[in-house]
Amino acid sequence: MKPFTYERAKSPAEAASRAAAVNNARFIAGGTNLLDLMKLEIETPAHLIDVNGLGLDTIEPTEAGGLRIGALVRNTDLAADPRVRRDYAVLSRALLAGASGQLRNKATTAGNLLQRTRCPYFYDPAQPCNKRQPGSGCSAIGGFSRQLGVIGVSEACIATHPSDMAVAMRALDAAVETVKPDGQTRTIPIADFHRLPEDRPEIDTTLDHGEFITAVTLPPPVGGQQVYRKVRDRASYAFAIVSVAAIVQPDGTGRVALGGVAHKPWRVEKAEAELPRGAKATTAALLDGAKPTEENAFKLTLVERTLSAVLMDARG
Amino acid sequence: MKFDSPATTNPIDQLNVVGKPLDRIDGPLKVSGRATYAYEWHDPAIKPAYGVIIHATIPKGRIRRMDASAASRAPGVLTVVTPESLPKLIGKLEKGKFNTATLMGGPEIDHYHQAIGLVVATSFEAARAAANLVTIEYEEKPGNFALDKLIDAAGLPKDGEPDSGVGDFEAAFAQAPVTLDQRYKTPDHSHAMMEPHATLAVWDADGLTVWTSNQMVAWGRSDLAKTLNLPEEKVHLMSPFVGGGFGGKLFLRADVVMAALGAKATGQPVKVALARPMLMNNTTHRPATLQRIRIGATREGKITAIGHESWSGDLPGGGPELAVQQTRLLYAGENRMTRTRLAVLDLPEGNAMRAPGEAPGLMALEIAIDEMAEKLGMDPIAFRILNDTQVDPEKPERPFSQRAFAEVFRIGAERFGWDKRQARPGQLRDGRFLIGHGVAAAFRNNMVTKSGARVRLGKDGIVTVETDMTDIGTGSYTILAQTAAEMMGLPIERVAVHLGDSRFPVSAGSGGQWGANNSTAGVYAACVKLREAVAKRLGINAADVSFANGEVRSGGRALSLTEAAKDGELVAEDSIEYGDLDKTHQQSTFGAHFIEVGVDAATAEVRIRRMLAVCAAGRILNPKTARSQVIGAMTMGAGAALMEELAVDTRRGFFVNHDLATYEVPVHADIPHQEVIFLDETDPMSSPMKAKGVGELGLCGVAAAIANAVYNATGVRVRDYPVTLDKLIDRLPDVA
Repeated sequence: MKPFTYERAKSPAEAASRAAAVNNARFIAGGTNLLDLMKLEIETPAHLIDVNGLGLDTIEPTEAGGLRIGALVRNTDLAADPRVRRDYAVLSRALLAGASGQLRNKATTAGNLLQRTRCPYFYDPAQPCNKRQPGSGCSAIGGFSRQLGVIGVSEACIATHPSDMAVAMRALDAAVETVKPDGQTRTIPIADFHRLPEDRPEIDTTLDHGEFITAVTLPPPVGGQQVYRKVRDRASYAFAIVSVAAIVQPDGTGRVALGGVAHKPWRVEKAEAELPRGAKATTAALLDGAKPTEENAFKLTLVERTLSAVLMDARG
Repeated sequence: MKFDSPATTNPIDQLNVVGKPLDRIDGPLKVSGRATYAYEWHDPAIKPAYGVIIHATIPKGRIRRMDASAASRAPGVLTVVTPESLPKLIGKLEKGKFNTATLMGGPEIDHYHQAIGLVVATSFEAARAAANLVTIEYEEKPGNFALDKLIDAAGLPKDGEPDSGVGDFEAAFAQAPVTLDQRYKTPDHSHAMMEPHATLAVWDADGLTVWTSNQMVAWGRSDLAKTLNLPEEKVHLMSPFVGGGFGGKLFLRADVVMAALGAKATGQPVKVALARPMLMNNTTHRPATLQRIRIGATREGKITAIGHESWSGDLPGGGPELAVQQTRLLYAGENRMTRTRLAVLDLPEGNAMRAPGEAPGLMALEIAIDEMAEKLGMDPIAFRILNDTQVDPEKPERPFSQRAFAEVFRIGAERFGWDKRQARPGQLRDGRFLIGHGVAAAFRNNMVTKSGARVRLGKDGIVTVETDMTDIGTGSYTILAQTAAEMMGLPIERVAVHLGDSRFPVSAGSGGQWGANNSTAGVYAACVKLREAVAKRLGINAADVSFANGEVRSGGRALSLTEAAKDGELVAEDSIEYGDLDKTHQQSTFGAHFIEVGVDAATAEVRIRRMLAVCAAGRILNPKTARSQVIGAMTMGAGAALMEELAVDTRRGFFVNHDLATYEVPVHADIPHQEVIFLDETDPMSSPMKAKGVGELGLCGVAAAIANAVYNATGVRVRDYPVTLDKLIDRLPDVA
C-alpha cells in the first residue's frame, strides 16, 4: 500500500470540492472494496477523504411517495428496513444475496454502487488489463472468462459489475443524487449511472471528477411480485454467475434486470414487453446482440432458464 | 520398540482415556488467541523486521535486469535481497530434497510467482509498498501449460512403478461381454488452508532458528539446512501450531528460506508470510489428471478386466499424481493393468494434497464403477460387494489385515435409506429440486513409519510428552496426551504435550493420514520404557505391574506414581519401528460415502442435502477429533465435486483464480448435514495402538459419490470435475 494522506469530510459539498482539489483523492466509507484494492496497489490514491462522519445514514420518505436512502446507509440496515422489505422486496432480497453478514454491516449504499469489477485479471497487477491500466490490453478475452460479461462487452473489456443491490435498484428505477465540486446537485437515473466499457473501461460510472453521491432515491412502490434470484456455484458468499431481479404484476407485465452479464446492471425496457409471452421471448430480446466467449456462452441459456423459474415463482 | 508381530492385549486396551471423545487439550489456547502460530510468535525479546517477497510475473524465462534501487531507498526499508545479492550473503542456494523448483528463483524463472527476492523493512506495510517499487525486465521463454496437449509427449515417471499388470488385460477386456471405456478429468486443486505459510527467522551464534508452519519438522529442518548449506545441527525449527496444511506444508517453502535470508542480510529477526494471492502459484498444488478407465465384466457382474491410466504434468524433475494406485487394490479381477504417465509442464510445482493419488483416482474410478453397475443393471453397492476382495488382487498370497468393505456399505445403506433410491435417474423431485442419491467407496492405505517420543515424569507427577510431531488442526496434542495418560494410569489433565520442535525426538509427522497411528505408537513405546523406569525406581517387578488412578500396583502393593519421581525426574525415550507386517499384509482403511443432492431444475445449481460416511479405520483414538477430521474431509470432497478448480491460463501460464474470492471452497450453506459412523474395530497389524488413519479416508470417494448423485438426479453424467451447472444445463429438461 502506498502512503496516503487522510482527512475527514465535514459536509457532502466539502467532500466533493476536496476530492476535486486534491490530486488523486478517493472517498472512503465502508472500505470493503477499496482497502483490498489498495493493498494490491490496484487502487493507489494519494489522499483519502473519509465520509463516514457525514450522517447520510437514514432512510426517509420522499414527497413523491418513495424513499430516499442516504449514501452511508449500511447494506444490512437497508435490507432490514421494514419499508424496503414491504414495498421494495427485490432490493432487500438482492442485498441479502450479496457478500456476508460482516461485509454487509460495513458496506454502504453508495459504496456498493461503486464496487470495481471482480474480473480475476483486474485483480492481478502483473497481467494486462485495460480497466486497471488503460491501453495495456485485455487478458480476459481468450482467457479465463467463465464469470465474465456476455453483453455490452467491447474489444477492450468484458468485465462485469459485481453488485446485487444495483441490479434490484435498476429494476426499481432508482436514481442517484449527487453533489458536484462546485456545489451543484443533480439526480442521475440508475440506468445512466453505470456505463458500458466501450473503449474506456477504466471509467465505471458517469460521475464527474469529485462528484459525491449523497443518496439513492426509490420512486413510489410499484407492487407486484418481487423476486431476486442469484445463481452461483456455491450456496452463499459468491458473486453471481447470473442474477435476475424481477417485478411481475398480476397481469403478467413487469420488469427484469440482470446481474453477472454486463459491465452494468442489464435492463432493456423494450424487452419487457415480451414478458407476458414468457422467458424465452424476453431473454431473446434482453440478450439480443450478446457476444459471449466460448467459456461463458452457457450464461445465455442460464438467463433464460433462471428467468423461467423466476416468472413461475412470481406467478405462483 | 520393534513392532514386528501382531499386537496382543496391552494397556491401551483398557480404554480408560484412549477412545474417549475428549475435547482438544489445546482448545482453550486456540479460542483465546494464545496458541503461538508462526506469525503470532510474540517473544518480547524478539523485535522482528518484516519481509515481503518479490514474485516473478512470468511463467518461464530469465531475469534480464532487476532494479531494486528505488525499493532500497524507500522509507523503512532495511535491505532488499535479490539474486545478485545472494553470493555475498550466503553463497549458492541449493535445492531441497523435497523441492522440485528452487524456492528462490533468478536469474532463471521456473514458474509464475516464484520468489525472486525479498524486501525487508521496519513495518509490513513499508516492505509491501517497497516490493512494488522493484522493476524487473524479463526474457520470457515459451512453456507448456496445457496438459491435454501433452498426452502423446508424456513419458515414464522416473520413480515408482509406472506400469503394473496381472494376467492379460487387453485380451480379457476384449472378450468381456459388458465393458466400459471412459475418460475422466480432474483439475488442479489448491490446498487453500486457513493459515498461509509463515516464518519468523532468527540467527544467533548457534545458528538459525525458525518458527514456522510445517507438517514435517524433520523434513523441513533437513531441507532448510541443505538449501542454506548449513550443518543440520545449526538449524532449529519450531512448528507448534499449524493452521491447516493439507499437504501444502509437508515441505520447506519460500517463506522459510526468504525469512532466513532476510534475517541474515539485516542481522535481525525477520518475519515473512506468503500473501494469499501468491499462495496458489508460489506454493504447491494437487496436479490435474486425465484418466482413462476400462472395466470388463461378466453379465453377472464379476469384473474380469480392470485397467486405469492416468496422465499428469509437473515441472522438469517432478513427479506424477499417482491416481491409479488404489485401482491396483480396491476391486477383484484377474486381469489388471495400470499406467502412469508424466508430462513436463511449466506451471507451478505439483505435489501432495490430502489423499494424493487416491483423491483424484477415486474421483474417476468410483464414477466408472457407478457407470458399470448401471450397464449391468445392478445396484452399485451390490456390484461393489460382489467384487470385494480380501486379498491383494495382484498378490493373492497377501491378505488385507482388515477389510470391512462390505460392512461399511451395508451399515451405510441401512442408515442412509439407500433402498429408497430410484435406480433410474431423474425420477425424484422436491419442489424446484431434482433429487438424486449417490454412493462411492472410500479407500486409503495405512502407512507405517518410524516415530519417536520422549516422556518425562516430573516431581510434580505430571507426565510430559515431547516429540517433533505436529498438530495441523487434527488433534495430535489430544490423542498423544490420551495415549500417555492411558499408559501411565493418569487422567488426561496430568499430561502435558509439547510438539513441533526439532530438538525433540523425530516423529512420523503429519501427512498421508499416518500421523495418528504412528505418533501415538511412538509415545506408547516411550511410555513402556518409562513404566519400566518407574518400576525400577520403586523397586517393583516390571513384569507384574499395572498403572491406574495415579497409582502403580504390583502384587498387593499400590504406590503413588508421583512417588517414583520424588527424588528426581524420570525420562524415557523410544521410537516405534516396524517389521514387515505391512509387507505381509495390506493395511488399508475403508469407507462408504452416501450423498443426497438437489439439483435446481432450472439453473442446474447442485446443492448437497445430506452426507453420510461410514469408516472402518481400526481403533478410533478419539471419536470427537476423528469425526472432525472426517467431516472436514467430506467438506473438501464437496469442494472438489462442485466448485474447486485452479483455472489455468494456457496462454499466460499461470493459475488465474489465485485468491479465495475466485477459488471457491465450500461455505457453511453448502454443507447442511453430515453424519459419520465409525466401525468398532481394531487392527492388531497396524501398531500397538491398533489404530489407522482417518483424515484422508474421509475425502476419498466423496466427489464421486456426489457426481453419482447428480447423475441419479438428472441423468446427466459429468466426467469432468468440478460438476458445475454449465456442464449440466444444456442437458436438463425444459423448465416447467
